[in-house]
Amino acid sequence: MNRFPLWKNLLIFAILLLGVLYSLPNLYGESPAVQVSPDGNAAKANALLAQQIIDELHAAQVNYTSVNLSGNSVVVALSNTDSQLKAKDVLESRFGNGYSVALNLISASPAWLSAIGAKPMYLGLDLRGGVHFLLQVDMQAALGKAIQRNTSDIRSQLRDQKIHYSDITNTSQEIILHFSDAATRGLANTLITKNFPDLLLTEQGNNGDFILQADLRADALKHLQDNAVQQNITTLRNRVNELGVAEPLIQQQGADRVVVELPGVQDTAKAKEILGRTATLEIRLVDDIHDIAAAAQGQVPFDDDLYTERNGTPILVHKEVLLTGDYITDASPGFDQQSGQAAVHVNFDSRGARIFRDITHDNVGKRMAILLVEKGKAEVITAPVIREEIDGGRVQITGMNSPEEASEVALLLRAGALAAPMNIVEERAVGPSLGSDNIRKGFHANLWGFVAVISFMIFYYRMFGLFAALSLTANGLLLVALLSLMQATLTLPGMAGIALTLGMAIDANVLINERIREELRNGSSPQAAIHAGYERAWGTILDSNITTLIAGVALFWLGSGSVRGFAMVFCLGIVTSMFSAVTISRALANLTYGRRVRLASISI
Amino acid sequence: MEFFRIKHDIPFMRYGKITTAISLITFLFAIWALAARGLNLGIDFTGGTLIEVTFNQPANIDQVRQTLEQARIKDASVQVFGASNDVLIRLPLHGNMGNSKSSDAVITALHSLDASVTPKRVDFVGPQVGSELYNNGALALMVVAGGILLYLALRFEWRFALAAIIANVHDVVIILGCFAFFQWEFNLTVLAGILAVLGYSVNESVVVFDRIRENLRKMRKATIPQIIDNAITTTMSRTIITHGMTETMVLSMLFFGGDALHNFALALTIGILFGIYSSVLVASPLLLMFGVKREHFLKSTTKAEVSANGAQV
Repeated sequence: MNRFPLWKNLLIFAILLLGVLYSLPNLYGESPAVQVSPDGNAAKANALLAQQIIDELHAAQVNYTSVNLSGNSVVVALSNTDSQLKAKDVLESRFGNGYSVALNLISASPAWLSAIGAKPMYLGLDLRGGVHFLLQVDMQAALGKAIQRNTSDIRSQLRDQKIHYSDITNTSQEIILHFSDAATRGLANTLITKNFPDLLLTEQGNNGDFILQADLRADALKHLQDNAVQQNITTLRNRVNELGVAEPLIQQQGADRVVVELPGVQDTAKAKEILGRTATLEIRLVDDIHDIAAAAQGQVPFDDDLYTERNGTPILVHKEVLLTGDYITDASPGFDQQSGQAAVHVNFDSRGARIFRDITHDNVGKRMAILLVEKGKAEVITAPVIREEIDGGRVQITGMNSPEEASEVALLLRAGALAAPMNIVEERAVGPSLGSDNIRKGFHANLWGFVAVISFMIFYYRMFGLFAALSLTANGLLLVALLSLMQATLTLPGMAGIALTLGMAIDANVLINERIREELRNGSSPQAAIHAGYERAWGTILDSNITTLIAGVALFWLGSGSVRGFAMVFCLGIVTSMFSAVTISRALANLTYGRRVRLASISI
Repeated sequence: MEFFRIKHDIPFMRYGKITTAISLITFLFAIWALAARGLNLGIDFTGGTLIEVTFNQPANIDQVRQTLEQARIKDASVQVFGASNDVLIRLPLHGNMGNSKSSDAVITALHSLDASVTPKRVDFVGPQVGSELYNNGALALMVVAGGILLYLALRFEWRFALAAIIANVHDVVIILGCFAFFQWEFNLTVLAGILAVLGYSVNESVVVFDRIRENLRKMRKATIPQIIDNAITTTMSRTIITHGMTETMVLSMLFFGGDALHNFALALTIGILFGIYSSVLVASPLLLMFGVKREHFLKSTTKAEVSANGAQV
């Protein structure tokens, strides 16, 4: 009765083998690396770039382990952190313009392991060092900005249509229009309803003062909030790229928050400054009169700035700023109706539209430069020729090489500035030394506890203690394999979670072994005792693990950050322990005792 | 090797009054500690800034305090932490230091004192986030207690569920009471430990209840207290060994896990020790008190047997 069918033994063996394979990369660990990736979509990382990097490293006498193409970047693996920093400096001075050079960690496992997708566990910030920010988007300000924009648009449209209002005011939530008679208010209502679908209008007060109140519709408000968060995320992503972080994490959390995680960043003050920076868009005229060649030599005219365009050609731009990005309401990629070329469609609000109309009216035939200014550093995104006066605030910018570039420019135009101000509401920074310290401590806590537990088990239950020890080892192995396979973030509380689940998992084996002893005491034959021990304990094991799982799930659901890491490990550990404590130890017992028909005694 | 060869059942239920009294006294003491001293909440829950810095030589705390005062950083608490080179600085949320820039100000000020100062860890939690974490923590505690109550009620019977949950929530209160009494810092990780131990301690009651249910069928002539005594006695060996093993792991964390896991391991230790006591000696007398009868189990046993897929032989 104590024999598993062959398929069951094979299945257990296969699962254990997978467990060994997928936990193996953690033994090799990670090695320092430098990652060079092209900025934007235009340039591609290729063999040529890799060769250039190799040449550069040779010239600077930096020893590297390997240089590989990985996605759209070249990854240089190095043997230690000193040469990593040296390589970063060398490569940054050579490729800093046009490429982002970032410190990274890559798996040091052999290629065949990486080929089957086996990677080491993903270490959380408390283990690898880095900064975690939680930013709150100021929705009130975003709403106020939208109301302000709508107010000025309504004002200018009413004026254009010669609808006379006596007053127009706005709070941060709503717009109030005052009219002297009901008929005019009706006209205004029709106009606003037609042109401002986002606004909900209500008519109030019919004696003398005729009021029209405009609020943002609920769905428009939601759209506004989503857009504000999305745009801020895009902006943050662009800014983080500047920091040279290899694997930044930027994602929305809840309705109005953004999480930014920057592994390996030590200078938190600089990180905060870059995240909090504001960028603006400027429209200026191109100076085509002065000699560009002379300017490139250093003789830049007094009221001009010298920039390089995205394609690398130098360009002279007047200092006077005609229009700023504050007036842009939207920018989206698309195609030119006539030529089919990639284009970016930009919408200005009514004031911006009027200014833009005046600029284009006055400067037909000239070139206009669109610049993105960040922290005093300006970049010319595009410099198209003005062919005709453009009215209505809808502008199409062509001259992009590809649809990808068009969407990039659109993104830059949208992302130039934050849609709404953001505040840091949570910050957690861990230095790299503390991180490796934490790894060491977490590892030791696990190791010594584990050694003590299995020693006692073998001492107390002898052969069945050995089964328990082996299945506990298998449990740890499977848990690490699962964590590596899922690339779940391992935090210090997560490491504590591994220790705790191992300590709790032994309960199942204790239950089984105690039951076997009891059955033996009550006079059962050894085979019957083994059988009854496993069968009867199972119901209890299931019950007790489910109650623990309830706690784990609740923690995962309501926890945040590192506590979530703990909950994740805790839940997975309960699942693997139910498998290993019952199935693996049973398989071991069956293999050892199951074949003997006349079993006189067992070692327990 | 066997530690526990107990020939006769220990009459635990006869000591019911004493055990209940002991737990009542500890429980009331914990409540008093919570009310009188309150929890020493970490910045996870209160909000504020915590900075851990390392000096190249042993730090002079008074100098650090003076430097911070000169930089107009008010109400900073400065203490040596671990090695004498490490200093822990805490800033409350109120005053001029209630934002994410305070840590920068502190580090700049310390740099003027000693250029070798390096920040090892910076935590800033805004007021809103702090109260959210607090509320989510309280909610998690209730969800876990409610979830376990519901599961046990379905699996056994409501008297069992209620007895187990009262016994284990009583553990939680005692852990909280200890943290309040000794003013140990209560942070998110400690909360995670408490929830984990809540789920774990219930195991203990489940094991005993399982055995009670089994005995009810086997020991037809015995009285309910006798049945409970037998169940506790026969599972005692397992109880001590299991908890001993888990506690071994927890002690390993306490000794090797460093400061970050210290309070977590403390919470678990208290939880495990009181868990043994309460799930055996509090839950079972409660069960008697709720007037448990043979019929209650036999009815639910048939249901349980179906759901456990014939696990009970």
